[in-house]
Amino acid sequence: AYKRFSELLPKEERGNACSVRVPKRQILTLPELRANPFQERICRVFSTSEAGDDSMSFEDFLDMLSVFSDSATSEVKSHYAFRIFDFDEDGTLDRKDLEQLVNCLTGQGEESRLSSTEMEQLIQNILEESDIDKDGTINPSEFQHVVSRSPDFASSFKIVL
Amino acid sequence: RDFYQADVKYLSKWKKWKRTSSKSLKKVLNEVKGWSSYLVLWRHDIHSIEGRFGTGIQSYFSFLRFLVLLNFINFILMFSFVTLPTIISTYGIFNSTVAKISPPNIEYNCTIYEPSGNKGLVYFFTYLKDLLSGTGFLEVTSLFYGYYTIDSVWISIMRYNLPLAYLLATFAYLALSLIWIIKRSVEGFKQNLVHDADQFQSYCNKVFAGWDFCITDPNAARLKHRSLQYELQTDLEEERLKQKIEHRTIKEKLRIYSLRISINIIVLAILLGCFYSIYRVTVFSQENSNDVSNTNFQANLLVQYLPSIVITLANLIGPLIFTFLIQFEDYLPAFEIILTLMRCVFLRLANIVVLLFSLWSQISNCTADKCKPCGYNYKLYPCWESDVGREMYKLMIFDLIIILAVTLFVDFPRKLLVTHCSCKLVQWYGLPEFGISNNVLEIIYGQTICWIGTFFSPLLPAIATVKYFIIFYIKKISLKHTCKPSAKPIRASSSNFFFLAVLLIGLVLAFIPVGVSIASIPSSKACGPFRNFNTSWEVVPVTILEFPRGLQKFLFGIASEAFAVPIFMVICLIMFYFIALAGAHKRVVEQLREQLVLESRDKMFLIRKITEAQ
Repeated sequence: AYKRFSELLPKEERGNACSVRVPKRQILTLPELRANPFQERICRVFSTSEAGDDSMSFEDFLDMLSVFSDSATSEVKSHYAFRIFDFDEDGTLDRKDLEQLVNCLTGQGEESRLSSTEMEQLIQNILEESDIDKDGTINPSEFQHVVSRSPDFASSFKIVL
Repeated sequence: RDFYQADVKYLSKWKKWKRTSSKSLKKVLNEVKGWSSYLVLWRHDIHSIEGRFGTGIQSYFSFLRFLVLLNFINFILMFSFVTLPTIISTYGIFNSTVAKISPPNIEYNCTIYEPSGNKGLVYFFTYLKDLLSGTGFLEVTSLFYGYYTIDSVWISIMRYNLPLAYLLATFAYLALSLIWIIKRSVEGFKQNLVHDADQFQSYCNKVFAGWDFCITDPNAARLKHRSLQYELQTDLEEERLKQKIEHRTIKEKLRIYSLRISINIIVLAILLGCFYSIYRVTVFSQENSNDVSNTNFQANLLVQYLPSIVITLANLIGPLIFTFLIQFEDYLPAFEIILTLMRCVFLRLANIVVLLFSLWSQISNCTADKCKPCGYNYKLYPCWESDVGREMYKLMIFDLIIILAVTLFVDFPRKLLVTHCSCKLVQWYGLPEFGISNNVLEIIYGQTICWIGTFFSPLLPAIATVKYFIIFYIKKISLKHTCKPSAKPIRASSSNFFFLAVLLIGLVLAFIPVGVSIASIPSSKACGPFRNFNTSWEVVPVTILEFPRGLQKFLFGIASEAFAVPIFMVICLIMFYFIALAGAHKRVVEQLREQLVLESRDKMFLIRKITEAQ
């Protein structure tokens, strides 16, 4: 992992890779993240930089890899998945978050988005299945409950270097 | 104590040895598995197709590979048991001789058969015509049944019963194909069952766990986006349609049912029209190709190929009509696809059956005493098995030519037009999509012809192997250069099972003509290994009568009613047991599912209580 991280840095700074922060656009050139529609959210969630520029240090990088590895428990994965899907960072997944999530899944570009009636129907179905207290949003414990019964979650929420 | 310690050491050494030996055995097995995966045919090609076009199209190509292997094994079977002994004995290798026993009590007229293998000076295009229609020089080769006019083969002092071997090899390859297909489809069936079982939380599962974070290739990512979009859209649409169906009024229901009945009648009428035209054309072609004396090369070839042309036209136009008609029937989309496919399958396979039936009606055309002495129309068809084999051969060659022609003359010009001409009509027509179901039906049609034809033409599986080999490369090139990725990605597991199920239907359909030819139509007296028997099946009873008394009694006992009825009842009992077991399992699954729902409701109740208490 250290090798992959240091490859991202320009040559001069490779010596002290442990303390340098890598800017976001460099991180996004990693092949594992390149094709991922959630790349921006991943960088935002795992970055601990105070400047808010979503750059990642080596520790952030290790954090990210450990969450996405096989040995992370399902609670850890669902916690971070919740933070990644929460686009407006208000602590719950409301309709706008779900809409953005579905648009990320179906791909960029105008012809690959669902129509608004389809989107409404889909969000209605999702909330019906997962919103237990019927408040129109999904809070972290509801999300964890839904994800724990989903068979594909553990195998899809995984990055292998 | 020392003895005890020594004992323990001895035991642990034994255990150690066992462990190390099992570990090394596992390592060796893994390495062998790794090497054998390199030997799999076209592994790299299919892998790259999967990456670019998705698993649905990849399943088509693995299906094609399976058929190549199946045909190759069939060819090896027929070749080693039938053709090889014949060739060895005809050329006298290994000190072998051929015994030709002329049939007793048969009128001389039945045994006249002079295939006109080309003698003397012939034009080059006669060879071409013979190659395309299986007459002339091909008729006397080992390609057709007529070559094997041998009653037994003597290799040194051993007697090789060629008629029996021919019949048993036929049964063997049919049984082998059946077992192999069933084995493959069972794996797909299990996957299918598991996949359909959980509709519980499908939306949440698809949205929250839909994206596979391991994807690194942009092409694969694009495919995944498209398939996710399509899956979500189809699920939503099915839900909308289901709600619409629930809210239908009685008047609407009546209207729809009457519309469906009338469309089914139209479909039936179309099918009957196709069958009748194939029958007429086959009769016409058989009558005319027998009297024309090679005057006009093109006209002769056209008449010979007329049945194949009509069948191909029917196979092309039929599916178009069916897809048009089914729009009016207002079914759920998934059911629409299945119904159209079933109709197309029925059309294609029934066409072959009608062709064979019309051939037989010609062969056993017994008006005006044409078949009195021999039991079949011996003047026109002295060696009728070769004729049937010839028709199957023509169908196969024509199929290959059509696939080549469509790819060269339809797909490539279309691609050129679309890339270079920007007029609106052309752009709307667009690039061709790789229609998986049509392509699969094409190759299943070819395979059914091969299965039927192998009894009449033992080298046909070799031709089929080469044909599918060529088709693989043609389709691969056509896919890469002319097709755009389909907008509707199909799930691979259900496709695999569907292909194999239709192939199984084709195989069962192939049993019928072969069975009828073997058991009920009298075999030709002028050619072939079954000259001395009334029908081809008679070899088996005659051979059994030569067995020792005890074995004979045993075999007759197995075939008698006293044995068959109890066995049948036992099989029925076993079947009922398994059906009951499956029903019980299903009920258990339903109960567990209900318990899950109750569980979530309990959790909801508790959470509400907690929030109230806070």
